[in-house]
Amino acid sequence: MDDTVLLSILVLGGIAAVSAIVLFWTSRRFAVTEDLKILQIDSVLPQGNCGGCSYAGCHEFARACAAVEESGFAALNCPVGGQTVMDKIAEIRGFAKIEKKPTVAVLRCNGTCQNAPLKVQYEGISSCRIAARISSGQTGCPTGCLRLGDCVKNCRFGALSINPETNIPTVDYDKCTACGACVRTCPRGLFELRFRAPDKQMLYVACRNTQKGAVARKNCKAACIACLKCTKLNPEIKVENNLSYIPDTISAAACGAELQAACPTGAIVYKGAQKA
Amino acid sequence: MLKITTAPHLQTSQDIRGIMRDVLIALLPAAAAGVLVFGINALVVVLTSVAACAAVEYAANRWWFKKGNTVTDLSALVTGMLLGFNLPSSMPLWMILIGAFAAIVPAKLCYGGLGKNIFNPALVGRVFLFISFPVQMTHWPIPQFMHIFNFDAQTAATPLNILKHLKQGSQAVLPSISDMFLGNTGGCIGEVSVLALLFGFGWLLWRRIISWRIPIFYVGTVFAVTGVLWLITGDIRYHPVIHVFSGGLMLGAIFMATDYATSPMTMRGQLIFAVGCGILTAVIRLCGTYPEGVSFAILIMNAFVPLIDKFVEPRYYGQRR
Amino acid sequence: MSKIKTFPIGGIHPDKHKITTDSPVVFAGLPEVVTIPVKQHIGAPAKILVKPGDKVKVGTLIADADGIVSSDVHSSVSGEVVKVEAVEGGVGYVEDMITVKVEGDEFEPSIDRSPNISREIPFSADQIVAKIREGGIVGMGGAGYPTPVKTTVPEGKKIDTLILNGIECEPFLTADDRLMTEKSEQLVIGAKLLNKALGIQNAIIAVDENKPQAIAALEAVTKTYVGVNVQVCATKYPQGGEKQLITAITGREVPSGRLPADAGCLVQNVGTVFAIYEMVMKNKPLFERIVTVSGDACLHPANYLVRIGTPVSWLIEQAGGLTPETSQVVLGGPMMGTAAFNINAPITKLTSGVLLLSDNLVARRPEAECIRCGKCVAACPMGLQPYLIGWLMHDHRIDELKNTHVLDCIECGCCAYTCPAHIPLLDYCKLSKMELRKKN
Repeated sequence: MDDTVLLSILVLGGIAAVSAIVLFWTSRRFAVTEDLKILQIDSVLPQGNCGGCSYAGCHEFARACAAVEESGFAALNCPVGGQTVMDKIAEIRGFAKIEKKPTVAVLRCNGTCQNAPLKVQYEGISSCRIAARISSGQTGCPTGCLRLGDCVKNCRFGALSINPETNIPTVDYDKCTACGACVRTCPRGLFELRFRAPDKQMLYVACRNTQKGAVARKNCKAACIACLKCTKLNPEIKVENNLSYIPDTISAAACGAELQAACPTGAIVYKGAQKA
Repeated sequence: MLKITTAPHLQTSQDIRGIMRDVLIALLPAAAAGVLVFGINALVVVLTSVAACAAVEYAANRWWFKKGNTVTDLSALVTGMLLGFNLPSSMPLWMILIGAFAAIVPAKLCYGGLGKNIFNPALVGRVFLFISFPVQMTHWPIPQFMHIFNFDAQTAATPLNILKHLKQGSQAVLPSISDMFLGNTGGCIGEVSVLALLFGFGWLLWRRIISWRIPIFYVGTVFAVTGVLWLITGDIRYHPVIHVFSGGLMLGAIFMATDYATSPMTMRGQLIFAVGCGILTAVIRLCGTYPEGVSFAILIMNAFVPLIDKFVEPRYYGQRR
Repeated sequence: MSKIKTFPIGGIHPDKHKITTDSPVVFAGLPEVVTIPVKQHIGAPAKILVKPGDKVKVGTLIADADGIVSSDVHSSVSGEVVKVEAVEGGVGYVEDMITVKVEGDEFEPSIDRSPNISREIPFSADQIVAKIREGGIVGMGGAGYPTPVKTTVPEGKKIDTLILNGIECEPFLTADDRLMTEKSEQLVIGAKLLNKALGIQNAIIAVDENKPQAIAALEAVTKTYVGVNVQVCATKYPQGGEKQLITAITGREVPSGRLPADAGCLVQNVGTVFAIYEMVMKNKPLFERIVTVSGDACLHPANYLVRIGTPVSWLIEQAGGLTPETSQVVLGGPMMGTAAFNINAPITKLTSGVLLLSDNLVARRPEAECIRCGKCVAACPMGLQPYLIGWLMHDHRIDELKNTHVLDCIECGCCAYTCPAHIPLLDYCKLSKMELRKKN
């Protein structure tokens, strides 16, 4: 009986000792030494791993931030964390704080089911990329929204949804973090990250069709027809390739309502201040 | 308005429901044979099992998993039919309900439904019953061909039972090979008639539901393993023809090992799976305590299917010059 | 007749629907206007040589090849150029096209319109390739790869087998079948021309088993031509795929990501070979082709000889018009063709068929969950695992997709056809290829 107890203690104790040695050795052998700054920066990042900074996840971005010189710091941005997070990182690195403009994604297409009726019916997998490959889309506009929601599926912040009344996506600007996933996803490149002024007003041309006005209008009532009316009101607006573009330096509050009223097709979208 | 879709613009007319319907049709000859051999009791057992599986799937999906009705794809009916086939005709009906529950809920729906289960649901139900109620599950009513309304409580041993308890060198009292082929032996309802099961096999092949690989390689492996031992020892316990024609081997090889969800996807994987099933069956039959090993062999190999699918790749085009 | 050959991996047997096998090829006639795209091939669009107001004849060069991988475009009618601008094509995207208003039917004087068959080959290899280039000939099986580029053997490669692809494994289509039946001797002379261009002595015409008329016609002709043989192949889809055909005939496999020339083979569609004969021997550039107009919703299915640029809608009118039950117009075959967005688009050098299909055939069946039946794995002629590709793509596991060899996918659609759960597996394969190409 005594032998059994002794044997058990010896065997189990031996296993424990061997395991301890192996553990000790492996922890030494495979120890990872990492810059403390990376951990510090990582801890202030949002940890959404959205890729909006163009790095593969928050940890990679933290490494980039820890490695960068002060001169290159301005090129780095965490769009999700925004000003507060970048300020914290600047503090950790001892750099001067850099002012970043808050941006949101806008959909540069107004091809709603009212403006651009269906010409053919698409059946099959719900993927804009596939639909764009086999046709110009159900509406016929070769640059318009395909309405199958690749952007919605790729938005990690729930800021995008297909509006059941218009069948095209709408952006919830308050949820949008400007991570850029939709910009990279849309096969037609319809999303643009634009400055969002503190008054929360937005003004942009919701069209990317570069066809001649008459051709574009055949497919969509809200297409930009390059009538140049907007350029007469504000010379900063440029029309190239039959398409008008409003730079986001133009204040929406100052001339948004005027421009929207002037546009004959409704391609210019002005979203006024939200009622508090 | 014209429609646009991606190529291919044509699709097969086969669908899941049609496949399951074909499997049910393929099972009918064996069911008829079971009823002919074991009487009306066999019919009651099979119908109870089918009804129970369908009811359990419907109820569990509706009130527990909150999913749509999946009974219409008929897979629950196939499970029920196979479970019934794996029971003796004297099985108490309330036990069948328990078996149906074990087959449908833990073995199928908990994994996510048809196509996602790892283990063959009917076999899980059978093994669950086998372990829970060993007496009832090994109570084999005597085969009485064409005496459909005879409720005799007499029992008979199955051929494999006889072989298992055979003393070295003594003379065996076995049913004839032709009786085993036609089904006039003791055993579970669906497994007794090899002839009826082969009819079902032919139907499945003709309808292109299954390929010949798994059944042939499974049965072939059992035949080869027992055959080699028989040639070496000359012992009737290893007689390959008896092993192939008795027990649940044919039922298992044709209907259970070929179950889509629980067998490998690639041709090479299917060969490995079938040979593995065959070796395990032979080992359990010859060396184990149970006389029969088909259910355990298939369930054990089911567990290896994800591994086989991960590591056994098909031959890609372009590897040969 | 030698043994029937086929490829070893995968394949499916869809319903054949070869309604027009016995309909002789008839000339479709001349529409009022034709719209000729300047890009009907892989590579750079051709440079436009004409402007509105110019008069052209049948066979006049109207757009010139821009670079090596490009192709000439010839006028298919005589008349006046009315527009040179971007027009909506078959799938809805705009392309540059030349619109010609038809006036009469006057051919370029250089074209030999006599019905005699020219059998003597007075040209050298270089002359033949140059003529093919002048004729604007492209691969007419559907890929549209410029033929002169294909017939120029790359440095360091050696081609020992010329295969004429007379396999029409797509359901409904019979254009190649009729061509082989009616123009068998011209085809064989075309094969001899290619032989001379490549510097080899023999050619194999592959025909699938379900074309007894074509096989009989070709075998009668090949008796008098040394080195040209007919090889009957099994009726199986995709037997006409280039890689599958090479494997069936020679037993060799084209290594992943390489060209057929790496397996010592050159495969040419029979339509292309006929066009080569016509250009080299008769000076007739590629301006017309045989098009099968068929489908279960088509009133008068037929095989038409159609001038390139003829509007699809005009051709449909000739075959009885667009019936109300038509739910889809497919350009090409039903397995790999494209659904037409705009039926006013023109017939191009690559349009082998115009199919009017009803909902009975093309309605997408409801998608169910995968039941792991393995039918897609068994059907894939490239030996891929489509279910796995679909599953990884659905879950967006792009890194793991690299190990699935999905870039070898030939997009034949066997997986999507055969899936009893009706999962759009081919769409997932296409998405995977796009993802992987994007990453690299």
